[in-house]
Amino acid sequence: MKVLVPVKRVIDSNVKARVKPDQSGVDLANVKMAMNPFCEIAVEEAVRLKEKGIVSEIVVVSIGPAQAQETIRTALAMGGDRGLLVQSDVDLEPLAVAKVLKAVADEEQPGLILMGKQAIDGDNNAVGQMLSALLGWPQATFASKIEISGSSAKVTREVDGGLQTLDVALPAVITADLRLNEPRYASLPNIMKAKKKDLAVKAVGDYGVDIAPRLTVLKVAEPPKRAGGIKVETADDMVAKLKTEAGVL
Amino acid sequence: MSGFWRNEAQRALCDSIDRLCARFDAAYWRKTDETGDFPEDFVAAFAAGGWLGMGMPAELGGSGLGLTEAAIVMQAVAESGAGFSGASAVHMNIFGPMPLVKFGSADLRARAIPRLISGQDKMCFGVTEPDSGLDTASLKTRAVRKGDRYIINGRKIWTSTAQRANKILIVARTTPRDQVAKPTQGLSLFYADMDRSRVTATVIPKMGRKAVDSNSVFIDDLEVPVENLIGEEGKGFSYLLEGLNPERVLVAVEAVGLGRAALSRAAGYARERVVFGRPIGQNQGIAHPLARAWAGLEAADLMAFKAAALHDAGRECGAEANAAKYLGAEAGFAACETAVLTHGGMGYAKEYDVERYFREIMIARLAPISREMVLNYIAERVLGLPKSY
Repeated sequence: MKVLVPVKRVIDSNVKARVKPDQSGVDLANVKMAMNPFCEIAVEEAVRLKEKGIVSEIVVVSIGPAQAQETIRTALAMGGDRGLLVQSDVDLEPLAVAKVLKAVADEEQPGLILMGKQAIDGDNNAVGQMLSALLGWPQATFASKIEISGSSAKVTREVDGGLQTLDVALPAVITADLRLNEPRYASLPNIMKAKKKDLAVKAVGDYGVDIAPRLTVLKVAEPPKRAGGIKVETADDMVAKLKTEAGVL
Repeated sequence: MSGFWRNEAQRALCDSIDRLCARFDAAYWRKTDETGDFPEDFVAAFAAGGWLGMGMPAELGGSGLGLTEAAIVMQAVAESGAGFSGASAVHMNIFGPMPLVKFGSADLRARAIPRLISGQDKMCFGVTEPDSGLDTASLKTRAVRKGDRYIINGRKIWTSTAQRANKILIVARTTPRDQVAKPTQGLSLFYADMDRSRVTATVIPKMGRKAVDSNSVFIDDLEVPVENLIGEEGKGFSYLLEGLNPERVLVAVEAVGLGRAALSRAAGYARERVVFGRPIGQNQGIAHPLARAWAGLEAADLMAFKAAALHDAGRECGAEANAAKYLGAEAGFAACETAVLTHGGMGYAKEYDVERYFREIMIARLAPISREMVLNYIAERVLGLPKSY
């Protein structure tokens, strides 16, 4: 089975994001970028499925600027087989991303699309669901466990209040949650091998899909600074403070 | 480097090694420094990632990286906070075997190198002797051929990781000094088993880097089969020379890396520590020494990577490699000292790690060559001044 793993290049999760002075977005100039952590989990899962002999080929696709090739190479170093960059110099909205990915899926005909549940930059948590609707495939989001047998997948999902287990027919879209696995870091020999793997570059226009923006960002602002905490001596003190100062009791 | 900054492939190396090192945090290195336990977990992770083979040729299972890439990796190790405890723990198995890689017979290479890359074999390096520090040509260890073996006798000092190693690369005199035209002739290199019944290694208690042992080594009738002679008998000194410049570059970048780790800790403390109602870093008395330390580190880094680029291009890099070792060590020391001072009394507490960095950075000032000998080299070779010793 072929698996398609979409990955996104985002601001590194260890970097403190700063808002641009004009509040139009997050300042990305000279900021360290990395693969979205949830995408990394999806890549890892695909590699594990390949190691188990369930998956035969892992195709890694990214939609983004030329530098996203670096992100694809990272995925190839983890164990992906080949890469595809759909180059776009503007940041696409979730629906546009889903449409491009649908076009890629139509071409590649994977048996499974495995992707992060959301990207840590926009936190939209939308592309997987939209892509599943556009393809008319089943979806299983927030996966914490994936077992594939034959033409279906048993997916354990992390939902409010517990775990839900779904059986989905393949092909399907599965999105990875944090506890699905712990991604490996690439070994040196695999980094060297990844340099030689096939990485195709196409333009977003090549797919002829409507990527016109439908959303308007009004403003991006820092969250309000948190005030320092206090220590209370007794439980009575705490109750009093919750009543009088916090006003929650 | 592609000019003055790293290219994509080099960033990929750096990212991967950063992630590996992130699993070994300050508490890990603080503990190994306290107990003196060798950082086995770290080395095992390093070996599992294939990093021990970074400089080895691809046909023997290595990755064939150049000195520039190796320097990037080793700097990232030191900079992660692993310092010289981390760098020295792997350094020797990565670059120590280079004479073997370059001059060893095909048979010896095939027997030795893959096992070093996998970490099954651990090598230490017996060059320095108590009575012949930098004056390698006057070393006293003797190797005498008897039939199909050499019998080695002598003493070595400052042999790192000899407690843990099962192999030792030894330089010994095979032809007495009075029977050769030049004192640098008649020395030979051997790749030997660390036969503990013939070799005794005694740990030297020292200022820092407690986790990576340094030793006095006594060699009594160690037998080495002739197949484990590296290259030709009598040419050992020239084989050793090949490794000197890379070693200096690596120590330079490791020192810069550790200096950066110290500087980052100090800047963080200066931003957060509030005295008299404002962060101490707002005082120029605190801020300027930190800024000066940064400038020093970055300048030394440029020299080191220039030396690495010259080396990788097959060009002469002796002056640059020596200067980089000198500048890197001094800049690293200045950064570590400033970091301790920035922390005030807390800088003396182990909890803040900078005192450990301060103790470790002295290694780069002293080894593998003293500051004075670096300056002698530059005075003679670059400036044409008469030799003073």
